[in-house]
Amino acid sequence: MILKPQVSEIKNIGYYLGRIILGIGFTMFLPFIAGLILFSEPNPALDFLISANIAIFIGLALSWLCKTDRDLHIGPAMVVIALSWLAAMALSAIPLLLSGHYKSFLDACFETMSGFTTTGLTLVQDLDHLSRTHNLWRHLGPFIGGQGIAIIAILFLVRGTSGSFNLYLGEARDEKLVPNVMHTARFIWAISIAYLILGTIVLGLVGMSIGLKPQSAFFHAACIFMAGFDTAGFAPQSPNILYYHSLMFEIVTIFFMVIGSFNFNLHYQIWTGNFKEIWKNIETRTLLLVIMIVTLITMAGLRQRGVYSDGMILFRKGFFQIISGQTTTGYMTIYAQQFIKEWGDLALTGIIIAMALGGCACSTAGGIKMLRVGIIYKAFRQDIKSVLLSPTAIVVQKFHHIKTMFIEDKQVRAVLIVTLGYFFLYGLGTLVGVGLGYPFLNALFESTSAAGNVGFSCGITDASMPAILKVTYIIEMWAGRLELMSVFALFGFFVAFVKGR
Amino acid sequence: MKVKSAFFFVLLCLALIISSSSCFAQVSTSSDLLNNAKQYDGKTVNYKGEIIGDVMIRGDHAWLHVNDGSIAIGIWAPKTMIQDIGYVGDYHKKGDTVEVSGTFHRSCSEHGGDLDIHASEIKKITSGSSVIQPISRKKVYIGTFSLILVLLFYALKKFFQSRGDTSRI
Repeated sequence: MILKPQVSEIKNIGYYLGRIILGIGFTMFLPFIAGLILFSEPNPALDFLISANIAIFIGLALSWLCKTDRDLHIGPAMVVIALSWLAAMALSAIPLLLSGHYKSFLDACFETMSGFTTTGLTLVQDLDHLSRTHNLWRHLGPFIGGQGIAIIAILFLVRGTSGSFNLYLGEARDEKLVPNVMHTARFIWAISIAYLILGTIVLGLVGMSIGLKPQSAFFHAACIFMAGFDTAGFAPQSPNILYYHSLMFEIVTIFFMVIGSFNFNLHYQIWTGNFKEIWKNIETRTLLLVIMIVTLITMAGLRQRGVYSDGMILFRKGFFQIISGQTTTGYMTIYAQQFIKEWGDLALTGIIIAMALGGCACSTAGGIKMLRVGIIYKAFRQDIKSVLLSPTAIVVQKFHHIKTMFIEDKQVRAVLIVTLGYFFLYGLGTLVGVGLGYPFLNALFESTSAAGNVGFSCGITDASMPAILKVTYIIEMWAGRLELMSVFALFGFFVAFVKGR
Repeated sequence: MKVKSAFFFVLLCLALIISSSSCFAQVSTSSDLLNNAKQYDGKTVNYKGEIIGDVMIRGDHAWLHVNDGSIAIGIWAPKTMIQDIGYVGDYHKKGDTVEVSGTFHRSCSEHGGDLDIHASEIKKITSGSSVIQPISRKKVYIGTFSLILVLLFYALKKFFQSRGDTSRI
């Protein structure tokens, strides 16, 4: 028998949702202040004042009406997380809609969901004339969503350790870097801000050396860093990274994309001096191996089609796109049309594999994740060994991720469920795309890009695409970022609400 | 008869000249160039649009980006060719509209495989301008009103909380 959620449970969800919405509202003051003071853009700044007030009003109302002292359990926490990402999408879309650069509220919602989930697919119109204030918000989205919306709430607005930890878990983060979740949240933000400062300085200096004026160089640097480290792939100008026409800019961007796709736990180890962890960790090893395989496939495809005559050019173009796809960033140094018109099926398959597998767990990257790929490989090896060896032999398989662990069936089951969930998502978007008349490979490419939170486009994502496809991609991005569990919890909550007794 | 033939011959020549000159001046769109990049590769093209973003000076050349309303393509031009450029488009400005004549590269060997146009001529069609955006009174009113509403609501919440009166909620 399904039990109907109690009023106290609903109030509990409402309270925490309200606190997170408050957090979203407060973050809108950043572009408001920057728009007024730094960019001299009063109208865009006002868009953020209005939107912040709406968010804060809703947040205050919810947290007042649903005030509770109860701590949050894991189930309701997942519902809170799933709802808070939808709320963040809708509320953050208001200033974008007010900018006049989006054809509809749905388009603006698509953009903000794409930003928060660090995907990078865009429906903006005339990006090259978008205000810096709105552009800053587009890039702040990934920086907030990449680290986690709930992480901000945990830091500033939420009391109670168990509730905080459950919120943290709900956002597809199951690794605590330090025993206390508050300290974990602090570390994640501290490391991100430290890298933000470093990245902005380095990219700003490179920008100046390639001919950008100082103010422009540092604005571009901050935006590119936020969307690069957080593996989102947004850029302030429409040609994306191709805009800069610079090898140095590409190399620095590759560096930040790669470290952005690393597990925060690995960052913690590096920052505490344990450099050996980079080489011992199953995720970095798997990442390296997958990149090598995907590079081979993609390069073979590009060579087969004779896309680039020069070997160095082939490597530069191919490798940038591979790293961008593998880290699920989505930065491009080619145009979307070139993927389909020039790259060919084999090279595209390589990129699709990279996008589908993604970066590391507990990072800003999307996709199935390297930890899961590594564990599946080890479990597969264990099973083959069991078949080959004597039936009485006990086969154990170990892997190293921060510490050395034995593979357990329970763990493999959990990994396979999430992996299957991702394949379901990739298939869902492909099915809708094909149903709407797009070619299979194009539909698969775009769907994998959306559900894997990558942001590459082969040209399907456009303001003129059918609304049903926009909604499908929004669901894919949302479910992909939350690794499905919170979305299932929300679905279960609604079923219980309607059918429960 | 000879006069008639001569007349038709002159007409034919004129028609040929007009048609060939219109062929030369035919402007390609970004979508044309990207969708048929192989056919255009290494050919001289004419491309028209608004200059956007930044002009990035690199030695005696510069990078600029021309957006034809759909996609912005990188133009590599000698510095001397861009001296006439007054406005580069962004939020505050409408950039100059130019017509670029130059060699289209699907994958430029000089620039790491970038798709670009090496300009041989840049002609300013219309000059850009500053875009004056007066402060929207409507936005000021809504922003101020909503801020007051939020502050009042917060004060009300604090008031009820200090009284410990939660029965009204």
